[in-house]
Amino acid sequence: MSVVFDILASAGLWAAILRIATPLIFGTLGALLCERAGVLNLGIEGIMTFGAMIGWLAVFHGADLWTGVLVAAISGTLFGVLHSLLTVTLGLSQHVSGLGVTLFASSFSYYVFRLVVPVAGTPPTVMPFQPIDIPALSSLPFIGPAFFTQTAPTYLAIVIALIMGYIIFRTPVGLAIRMTGENPHAAEAQGVNPMKVRYGAVIAGSALMAVGGAFLTLSAFNSFFPTMVQGRGWICIALVVFASWRPGRALFGALLFAFFDAFQLRLQTVVEGVPYQIFLMTPYILSIFALALMARRARVPQALMQPYRRGER
Amino acid sequence: MRLERREHRPLLLLIGAPVAAIVAALVLSGILIAIAGAPVFEAYRRILIGAFGSRLSATETLTRATPLILTGLAAAVAFRARLWNIGAEGQFYLGAIAVAAFGSKLLADLPGPILIPLLLIIGATAGMMLILLPLWLRLRFSVDEVVTSLLMNFIAVLFVSMLIDGVLKDPLAFGWPQSQPVADHATLPKLIARSRLHIGLAIAIVLAVVVYLIQSRTVFGMQSRAAGLNPQGAFFAGVPLGRTLVKVACLSGGLAGLAGAIEVMGVKGYVTTDLSPGFGYAGIVVAMLANLNPIGVVFAALFTAIMFVGADGMSRSLGIPTYIADVTVALSLLTMLVALFFTQYRIRR
Repeated sequence: MSVVFDILASAGLWAAILRIATPLIFGTLGALLCERAGVLNLGIEGIMTFGAMIGWLAVFHGADLWTGVLVAAISGTLFGVLHSLLTVTLGLSQHVSGLGVTLFASSFSYYVFRLVVPVAGTPPTVMPFQPIDIPALSSLPFIGPAFFTQTAPTYLAIVIALIMGYIIFRTPVGLAIRMTGENPHAAEAQGVNPMKVRYGAVIAGSALMAVGGAFLTLSAFNSFFPTMVQGRGWICIALVVFASWRPGRALFGALLFAFFDAFQLRLQTVVEGVPYQIFLMTPYILSIFALALMARRARVPQALMQPYRRGER
Repeated sequence: MRLERREHRPLLLLIGAPVAAIVAALVLSGILIAIAGAPVFEAYRRILIGAFGSRLSATETLTRATPLILTGLAAAVAFRARLWNIGAEGQFYLGAIAVAAFGSKLLADLPGPILIPLLLIIGATAGMMLILLPLWLRLRFSVDEVVTSLLMNFIAVLFVSMLIDGVLKDPLAFGWPQSQPVADHATLPKLIARSRLHIGLAIAIVLAVVVYLIQSRTVFGMQSRAAGLNPQGAFFAGVPLGRTLVKVACLSGGLAGLAGAIEVMGVKGYVTTDLSPGFGYAGIVVAMLANLNPIGVVFAALFTAIMFVGADGMSRSLGIPTYIADVTVALSLLTMLVALFFTQYRIRR
């Protein structure tokens, strides 16, 4: 028991939670935005991979860190356009299109990466985001190192979660997005163009996913390597269900998830005799568990995965 | 401009769709090759030489196509019933490790003619078991099986990694995490001497025909198709939806598990965590390129294998990253989706 308490009482755990949660917050918000408008975006895993690669590459070639994030976001919008073309304009299966986007985006990332960086012993690195020193707060005992030693994108993720909650539930734009996700025909009758709303949501959502990926290479680590996203995108898709399609709960879900992940990472070092793979499995097992727990209670956007064609029922 | 649903889907269009898709994918990847500064036609010529240029490379391509046919069939049977089994990668690994476990120690005393079929069944069963959890979650809690079966892939690979680093670790592998090899008499006979090509290819092709017959000639085939096209209508027509999906899942998971078993018994002999260069995911592309037709899967798998094997040779001589094969295959999935769309719709002004 004292082992568990020691872990909980270390500031490092709480700092790690926010760090681990950041890409998940970006990814979950991105996926949530798409799904609120009625489009499942399984391109997330590949889009995060590409964002991680291209953001890193931009910085590696001399751009500053925020430009790297911007480049990643722009790459995300392009994949968003691709996914929208397939699922919104053509109304193709959102499952298969999303998987196609993931397969394409990740293999394209590896291709570009290998072109620029031929196989080397140690992958080249960049100078990542540094923790921001917040006057007064960062120097508080325990609380300072635990909660106020994050890099700028982490705070940005939290702010975006709050803004998105406001936009979705308190603004006309949010109403249009929700209407499109629930009943595009009714939205159309109200003068909302469901096609445009879906395009906008998927493009903006994909940009957020790519930024989540870029956080991995520009803040959490300082280099890119293939398969580094490791299913985080799929975990985000599960978190959207867990969050019942609400941005505030998505933030909470990502933090809760990161808590378990940070906790198991520390437990790994003190518990002996248990294969490390068991610990590594926990995030995936937790995601499946969260899905099973919430799938029935969550209110799914009613038109999710239904293509919309004008004048067709 | 507007889209109009076609009344008929001409046969020419159905056959032309995958061809057009592959050509479009090759053109798009050609642009990427050109950007990388390599001659495009030369690159594709080298890919063909790499895949078929010698007896060795041709047999190697067919060896590579074998697991792709099986994972392609796994995706095709599942997708036809709208069961989104994206977990073929994990099922592949579970089938592989089951064979390594039973074929190296537990059953290794059995004679070959009994052991080999038994191991194949064990591998298929292992694959089946992995898909049953996502299916149960779907039927019981209506959880989307895409995400759960994807997440199971990661769990399965970690599980395999745990076993080959633990109880199944080969003590003679210099500390490398690698499973004990299956017994010599448990390896699949060669199809062609002095090559890696084994009878797994014949098994895969026979299974493609069997799956085709099941789908076109049996009640179960009709029911699984109906369950996919219109679950509600199928239910009212008396199709037992749950039971049909369980059967489809077992068939799909079994085929993916069998792919892993055959890869171990036919090619590698042991299991590592890089046994599959994404056979499970490539199977999805294979199935879509074949428009979910089991016979088409054989040809789609061959195309995919040509790209993968050929790109290795091309990469060595022209310095283009081998990932170009993955890009082309992924692009062909996207272009195939678009091509299929235009077999169903036409553009009217």
